[in-house]
Amino acid sequence: MSAQAIIEAKAVSKWYGQFHALKGINLTVHKGERIVICGPSGSGKSTLIRCFNRLEAHQEGEIVVNGVTLHGRMSNVAAVRSNVGMVFQHFNLFPHMTVLMNCMAGPMWVKGVSAAEARHTALKFLERVRIPEQANKFPVQLSGGQQQRVAIARSLCMKPDVMLFDEPTSALDPEMVSEVLETMTGLARDGMTMVCVTHEMGFARAVADRVIFMDAGQIVEEGTPDAFFGNPRHDRTKVFLSQILKH
Amino acid sequence: MLYPDTVEAEVLVHKLWFVATMFGIVLLVFMAFNMSGTGFAELMRPVIGEPSTSGLYGRFAIGFSIAVIFTLNVVLIGFAPLKLQIGIVWLELLLLFIAFFETFHLSLPFIREKLPFLISQGVVTTLYVSAISIVIASVIAVAGAVAKLSNNGFAYAIASFYTSFFRGLPLLMQVYLIYLGLPQLGFVINAVPAGILALSLCYGAYMTEIFRSGIQSIDRGQWEASRSMGFGFALTMRRIILPQALPVIIPPTGNQFISMLKDSSLVSVIGVWELMFLARTLGQKTFQHMEMLISAAVIYWMLSICLELIQSRIERHYARSKVR
Repeated sequence: MSAQAIIEAKAVSKWYGQFHALKGINLTVHKGERIVICGPSGSGKSTLIRCFNRLEAHQEGEIVVNGVTLHGRMSNVAAVRSNVGMVFQHFNLFPHMTVLMNCMAGPMWVKGVSAAEARHTALKFLERVRIPEQANKFPVQLSGGQQQRVAIARSLCMKPDVMLFDEPTSALDPEMVSEVLETMTGLARDGMTMVCVTHEMGFARAVADRVIFMDAGQIVEEGTPDAFFGNPRHDRTKVFLSQILKH
Repeated sequence: MLYPDTVEAEVLVHKLWFVATMFGIVLLVFMAFNMSGTGFAELMRPVIGEPSTSGLYGRFAIGFSIAVIFTLNVVLIGFAPLKLQIGIVWLELLLLFIAFFETFHLSLPFIREKLPFLISQGVVTTLYVSAISIVIASVIAVAGAVAKLSNNGFAYAIASFYTSFFRGLPLLMQVYLIYLGLPQLGFVINAVPAGILALSLCYGAYMTEIFRSGIQSIDRGQWEASRSMGFGFALTMRRIILPQALPVIIPPTGNQFISMLKDSSLVSVIGVWELMFLARTLGQKTFQHMEMLISAAVIYWMLSICLELIQSRIERHYARSKVR
């Protein structure tokens, strides 16, 4: 691939105390690429993407985001983070602000955008996730699926170069999963660079350029969805796929 | 909130055993006291004759009448809707309270004469001393809470030493230490600033702990969400964490404010002319202590009620984002 690399992880290792959470991960995310990371719980997939905006610190190796190397003494972490959107499993909307304000806060407070412009942008992205009519409600008044879509809109308002999704549908009722996945599929179609930790294999098959399977802090297998699902090479991958595709 | 069950139980005050027990207890209590000298006994004169010679029959009759009135009152209030119940019970307790003070035979003209000064000097001083102290204490509390939660060893050590020291000494002693101790170091300090300093430091220490627990009650996800959007520490604290911590912080802080309002009376010992000081001194000359003390008590109470009302308004304001 010749496209510009947005995230480059080289031999990244991380420990939680004695526990070796990431063991020399190498991964490059190119502009416009959609990557799905899956794997059993505790395999380090969430930890990995949380390292990409330095919510977690890695101890060894190098992570370069948009040409900036992440490390403990960086002074421009805010600039990097505002270019990397993140959607969390538990939404993490700001409950004391209206939906609209949740979306306006980032552009106004971090990027210094005027209130009018922030509002315009916020309404545009709320429209895009198809909930403009909820703009003046508070997050608790919304369903889980709606909250997650607001969270996506909130991230989009920062106009990020890449979006990280940390199990965005795992805390949702089954009925609400599809509305969030549709929103994400729409984003992918529009060319957003995405790294998704998810177990939604249908989504992975339909959207991903590359599927990555992690286990015990390592990347075990990666490939195109067709290769990954049709012809997994490693036994660990086969066991995992047979487990989650059984139902 | 005590969430009530959907199954309605019979109202307690309408249960026969409860009414009967209440009646019996009231009857016994009032029979145990000799009520023959009271106004109520005078009212009973047609039934019991001369109260002082009515003996056991008189006691029984008086106790019985009171028990009937009391029980009837409670049972009737039990029928009223909730709001009305609360209103009536408050009013009745208040009337009893006033009746109690009536027995002191307070000199109203004396109170009327001294009240303007008690308010213009005493209340004003009490209010501004507590208001300034509350503001300073809140600022200290935010700083202290952040310091106690930080990973900075110096900040943590200083903040925990501070809270330990000022929570560990009686406020009265702090007032003395600051007023009498600072001049030893060469800072001659007036009574009012000394009082404000003592109150601020003491309450700042308590409120540090309240603010700390409030900040800790906020989910880690809120920090992560704001970090992920590029918010710095100060912005996250000011716009995300503190606004959410406030609803948790406000009830205990309201408590502290009320408590501080009354503890400001301790600075009277260093001669600040606030409410308590005047209440003790104004009546001294003519030995009318009770008049001034009760006036001051009522004023303290009314000020506290104002704070309670403000607190409940703020709590309602912050309940907004919680309602569905």
